[in-house]
Amino acid sequence: MSPIQVVFILTAMTTLGAALMVVTVQNLVHAALWLILSLFGIAVTFVILNAGFLAVAQVVIYIGAISILMIFAIMLTRRVAEDVNPQIGRRWWWAAAISVVMFVGLAWMLGNWSGFRSPLPAASSGMDPLVQLGEALVSVNAYVLPFEVASVLLLAALIGALMIAWERRPG
Amino acid sequence: MVPLSWYLIFSAALFSIGLFGVLARKNAVAILMGVELMLNSVNVNLVAFWRYRTPEGIAGQAFAVIVFAVAAAEVAVGLALIISIYRRRNTVVADEIDLLKF
Repeated sequence: MSPIQVVFILTAMTTLGAALMVVTVQNLVHAALWLILSLFGIAVTFVILNAGFLAVAQVVIYIGAISILMIFAIMLTRRVAEDVNPQIGRRWWWAAAISVVMFVGLAWMLGNWSGFRSPLPAASSGMDPLVQLGEALVSVNAYVLPFEVASVLLLAALIGALMIAWERRPG
Repeated sequence: MVPLSWYLIFSAALFSIGLFGVLARKNAVAILMGVELMLNSVNVNLVAFWRYRTPEGIAGQAFAVIVFAVAAAEVAVGLALIISIYRRRNTVVADEIDLLKF
């Protein structure tokens, strides 16, 4: 087993274990901290996949912004999210059964696909993927339209979030 | 060398765990955490397919960047809704937010 495989297995185990803790642990602040570990494992996976920019973006956006937002929301709603109440619904075994069926179905479908065991192709020797990504996101022939639409969506969502969460005081 | 199948199984497992969180959790913030796990597993898939199938293009990474933006928008709106509901109804339990339930 090559070193990169060992690194991948350790990362995958950590990420999946942390994800399991996220969905089962009683205390929601702890769940948010486990979520950070899980997201960090995915950043490591991006590094193994040779996507350095996405790994950095993962750390900055997910761990730096989204997780902190989650922790803020948990703390603001702490009074009712008491740790003594069960956090998992009564019919959790239905959810578990659906998830297991989903996983088995996905694994079966992927196992039947001819490209499932594709070997790793050599990294393209041409351009740096980072340069390529930067040019593709602003090139008229590539992804400038989805990129602009995504940025307008983000702006609209943030203004909408501000409006929704605004506390209107009378008078 | 890590075969493509490992990444696909890994992201399928992560997606299923996130789905379990979305279906089983009662707290609305915890449901959003499950959605985050699912979006991340999709990103792993996109980048793995980019690296193994079309390393000469960049489509996989470009789509992953757009998924990042959409995830940030989703979390911002979702948490704003949760805080607004908490102010009005003093609950964040998804079962109790049933005004629209027939």
